[in-house]
Amino acid sequence: MLRDITIGQYYPAQSVIHCLDPRVKIAGTLAYIISLFWISNIWGYVAAILFFAFLVALSKVPFSYIIRGLKPILFLMAFTGLINLFQTPGKTIWQWGILQISENGIRTAIFLILRLILLVIGSSLMTLTTTPNQLTDGLERLLRPLNRVHIPVHEVAMMMSIALRFIPILIEEADKIMKAQMARGADFESGNIFQRLRNMLPLLVPLFVSAARRANDLAYAMEARCYCGGEGRTKMRPLRYSFADLAAYSCMAVYLILLFVLRRW
Amino acid sequence: MRPMIQAHELAYEYFRRDEEGNVTEIKRALDGISLQVKAGDFIGILGANGSGKSTFARHLNALLVPSEGTLLVDGRDTGKEENTFQIRQTAGMVFQNPDNQIIANVVEEDVGFGPENLGVPTEEIWRRVEESLKSVGMYAYRKHSPNKLSGGQKQRVAIAGILAMRPKCIILDEPTAMLDPAGRSNVIEAMAQINREENITVILITHNMEEVVGADYLYVMDEGKIGMEGTPRQIFTRAEELERYRLTLPEAARMALLLRQKGIPIPPDVLDRQELIEGILKCKYNT
Repeated sequence: MLRDITIGQYYPAQSVIHCLDPRVKIAGTLAYIISLFWISNIWGYVAAILFFAFLVALSKVPFSYIIRGLKPILFLMAFTGLINLFQTPGKTIWQWGILQISENGIRTAIFLILRLILLVIGSSLMTLTTTPNQLTDGLERLLRPLNRVHIPVHEVAMMMSIALRFIPILIEEADKIMKAQMARGADFESGNIFQRLRNMLPLLVPLFVSAARRANDLAYAMEARCYCGGEGRTKMRPLRYSFADLAAYSCMAVYLILLFVLRRW
Repeated sequence: MRPMIQAHELAYEYFRRDEEGNVTEIKRALDGISLQVKAGDFIGILGANGSGKSTFARHLNALLVPSEGTLLVDGRDTGKEENTFQIRQTAGMVFQNPDNQIIANVVEEDVGFGPENLGVPTEEIWRRVEESLKSVGMYAYRKHSPNKLSGGQKQRVAIAGILAMRPKCIILDEPTAMLDPAGRSNVIEAMAQINREENITVILITHNMEEVVGADYLYVMDEGKIGMEGTPRQIFTRAEELERYRLTLPEAARMALLLRQKGIPIPPDVLDRQELIEGILKCKYNT
């Protein structure tokens, strides 16, 4: 059951999108997310969907794979959709007791759901086409100005990439501990949610102990390999903008301008 | 030629403290160790659990510094902090748990971690990564995730990660303790080959005698002291002493010992299966 966790999932393929500089993808995703909140009419959404479809086609990631990312937010989507459908005031079309649907309600509900879908699959396109290491590299580079206000950007990025490396190891370990405890009669599967959570406690203690031991070992191993922070370090894959990256930035700019025009329309 | 490692009366103490931080016990993990390792040698350090062999290994990489005595690695004193970086570059270290020493999510990026820390230029890093992965036979896996590899493969990646730093000496702290027999022999073979072909000093710390049959010289540690030393041939003839240090002879040497106890005249310094067979054949012809 713990194996369903998929964070930073990467879909390996050879595509233009995969080869882009991670900084372009991070900045682009951020701009795209902001642009979604900026759209006010149906034409805006059409443009956003078409633009996204264009990117998906370029990325060679199968569409079904991208849609899978929506599963965890199905409930949230249904919930916000229904609330907006019934609770938006305006010209009433249908009424039953306190429930009423207005023309406005239908519109906002549809727009909201569309926005949520695009938000999630838009950002998942970034994680699907960028390896976790590239992502942290890109973030480290983009956030470098924060070094001046004494935020340890390199250290944070390093922590993120180590965390990503250890997620599968710790999941495997949790699985092992769980099985060991189940073999001795522990019960993780019955009772209500609170009872189940409480039953998880004996799982957490050994897991934390082992994580601390691993952290200690890893610190030794890193020190033994001359790690002493970001200073004086060279990069195996230094980030350099190529022609494709500039083209991608321009594409993004064209899309944003188009949205701006459509808003006026 | 300057010795790779020179230890003189090396001692290390650690303190056990109670909850208030008062010292309750002083344990001498290393107690008066003196030894010299020639550059290019393959050295085995044997010992049962708690004999201090891992503590000694951590000194060689300046992860621990001696409480008393001196330790010179390639002529540099590990006790001086300004030497630490150089020493770690000269003497690379491979640890026991293969999972806990791999930092990156891709094999080749992990091998590049050391050179990145040393500030090696990018093209040179790629060249070193390729070479090191080839010399441990893991080049085909360079794009793989370490999580998908077997224990022996992970350990060979860890060795490549050290090789890429171009050390003069590699210390392996029980590198095979968590591996299956196939992974074990792969790792030991890779190390022996690196020792032969690249003339890198190897210090293998283990409790498995089978792994040090091919070593140039052995030290047996017990309670922080050196209990025995000598070539594998010399050590393997002293079976009763080894037993006292809770070590068991390799298969072939044990067999020879048992046969000798039954009155069959097999030479006492049998190292491997081949020599055992030759010894037995010789007896046959003599009788």
